Amino acid sequence: MLTIKDLRVAVDGKEILKGIDLQVNPGEVHAIMGPNGSGKSTLAYVLAGRPGYEVLGGEVIYEGENLLEMEPEERAWKGIFLAFQYPVEVPGVNNMYFLKAAVNAKRKYLGLPELDAMDFLKLARDKIKLVHMSEDLLKRNVNEGFSGGEKKRNEIFQMAVLEPKLGILDETDSGLDIDALKTVAEGVNSLRNEERSFIVVTHYQRLLDYIVPDYVHVLAHGRIVKSGDRSLALELEEQGYAWVEEAASA
Amino acid sequence: MNTLVEVTDFYTAEFEAVAGRLPGRELDWLQALRRQGLKAFGRLGFPTTRQEEWKYTSVRPIGRERFALAVETCVGLVEDDLGAARMPELDAHRFVFVNGRYAPQLSRPGKLPTGATAKPLAQALREEPDRVRALLGRRVRADENGFTALNLAYFTDGLFLEVEPGVRLERPVHMLHVSIGQSEPAAHHLRHLVCAGEGSEVALIEHYVSLGEGTYLDNVATELALQPQAAVRHYKLLQEGAGGFHVAAIDAHQLDDTHYRSHNVCLGGALVRNDIRADLDAEGARCELFGLYVTDGRQHVDNHTRVDHRKPHGTSHEFYKGVLAGRSRGVFNGVVYVHPGAQKTDAQQANHNLLLSRDAEIDTKPQLEIYADDVKCSHGATVGQLDENQMFYLRSRGIPEPTAAGMLTYGFAHDLVEHMGLEPVRHLIEEILVRKLPHAAELQGVE
Ligand SMILES: Nc1ncnc2c1ncn2[C@@H]1O[C@H](COP(=O)(O)OP(=O)(O)O)[C@@H](O)[C@H]1O
Ligand SMILES: [Mg+2]
Repeated sequence: MLTIKDLRVAVDGKEILKGIDLQVNPGEVHAIMGPNGSGKSTLAYVLAGRPGYEVLGGEVIYEGENLLEMEPEERAWKGIFLAFQYPVEVPGVNNMYFLKAAVNAKRKYLGLPELDAMDFLKLARDKIKLVHMSEDLLKRNVNEGFSGGEKKRNEIFQMAVLEPKLGILDETDSGLDIDALKTVAEGVNSLRNEERSFIVVTHYQRLLDYIVPDYVHVLAHGRIVKSGDRSLALELEEQGYAWVEEAASA
Repeated sequence: MNTLVEVTDFYTAEFEAVAGRLPGRELDWLQALRRQGLKAFGRLGFPTTRQEEWKYTSVRPIGRERFALAVETCVGLVEDDLGAARMPELDAHRFVFVNGRYAPQLSRPGKLPTGATAKPLAQALREEPDRVRALLGRRVRADENGFTALNLAYFTDGLFLEVEPGVRLERPVHMLHVSIGQSEPAAHHLRHLVCAGEGSEVALIEHYVSLGEGTYLDNVATELALQPQAAVRHYKLLQEGAGGFHVAAIDAHQLDDTHYRSHNVCLGGALVRNDIRADLDAEGARCELFGLYVTDGRQHVDNHTRVDHRKPHGTSHEFYKGVLAGRSRGVFNGVVYVHPGAQKTDAQQANHNLLLSRDAEIDTKPQLEIYADDVKCSHGATVGQLDENQMFYLRSRGIPEPTAAGMLTYGFAHDLVEHMGLEPVRHLIEEILVRKLPHAAELQGVE
């Protein structure tokens, strides 16, 4: 589904990703762990198409196509979804209108009839239950005045409505208490199936108790320095990131 | 050539030609006032950019034209002709003026509550000239500038609204001013007088629209007097046409514990200048000035506001926003003047602008002048483009770039629409915004 080959990316002239290789097959969950500043968000943003990143080398193939050539909206239509580490507040734009526009843009791309207000409302009400969010949040402006936890739930809610093929979660667990964490994990787990893949970026292994990954990769200084199965996450928890830092600088 | 003498000669000759047709010609005091106006114009001419108050707004396009008083016809207009200006949901006392004159066949004044009077100014001059005399020219003086001078000399009509103490108008008063383009440039000089008695409440909509293409000038003066505890909500909605020039002075005089709220929405017009003043002349007066301007093409919109805090415990809250596209230009100048002794004044002012193109321009100047020491005042102005993070967030959800830009722009502007109590007005503005920002249409349709 997704193949990243020797991807090198710079921001403001500074090389942040220094040769990433990653293969994600349908239905797989890959966890990416690593210390702060190692480039996890950079990788997530590059996959979602955020402007301002300079690709120095390498390639990203998504379902047989060159992902890096696509506009962000096109990636979304083709099934990529990024749950932001810091969801953006959009004053003056109502959550419902926003999400309805997103759903219908995608449906239009797929040649499906657009949902009318009623159908969309039904869909939204159905999905919002998944993240135990109050329907009132639908009427509010996008993320405006939301608590940290509400913002993260809203990301998962959007993901549930948009039904991506590849969900990228960037530290969705940070700042969540244990109940919220479980809710978010349940939401993600309910979306798991043999087609849909996830890249779960996290700093702590705690989330992986609830979203059990197939693979774990450790990112340090812009490189994947170690890959393994779930036990790698536990190992990291015990030993901290110091040793991977050493491995990367060695 | 376009010398002051030539311009003055034109408007003087024109005045002599039409004076006999202006309302109130039989009233000596009014004749004297009109002459004063004409004389002031002869002295002042149209303002120039050398004057501080007009530094960023050149009215040469107005000075170049020769605006004759519009001819007295309203050519059998019917309800349906009002088209885009109609607010079907609006239940109001409606007064329609066409080219500066009252159009009874289009108006629906309805029945006003006892103690409230609303009628065309020309009619009020016939029926209660002494009341008019007591209010006219008290707040907007002839010698402010060439426009106020011409207005006093030439005004043909307007609204006279008087509400007695304790009377509350359930329905708003809707003045609809229709300009119909004519072959020659035409001027419409309108004068509105509002007196809100003690503890009265009224909502007023001043609404300017154009039908057709012609060049015209709407030159307006609105004088409001708020007796203690009166509350006036004043909507001003501009849908002037591409050939429309609009210059207006609005002055609200506020006594104890009055509340004046102004919504000033500019969505059309080639050149617009508003001077809006609130004079908080007694304790506990409160004013709110909200403004929105959305411009494109070569439009020029200038809003000058001034709040005078003269007595203690006054509150003013001012919030203006602008969206500027194309080669359009905006000017915001907001003076908040806290006079000596106006302690416990609470004054806030903000002006935020969104520039949608490289060639759009805004000059914003908030001005606080404070001569009292126990006050709370703040002001701020920003000029920016669409936020990149927000744009990416929307696009990452699959919303195409133009739609995302439209949604964000609409969201930016909508802030000001939300403050409006009158839903039909809000809906009309939302509709116009969506027409202006076509990609914002996605923001409608789910409730
Ligand atoms: N816009 C930017 N401009 C300059 N440096 C940046 C920018 N964004 C990220 N960086 C730098 O890139 C590195 C990786 O950041 P990031 O991908 O956010 O790390 P992580 O998500 O793993 O904490 C950090 O050193 C950070 O300071
Ligand atoms: Mg990060």
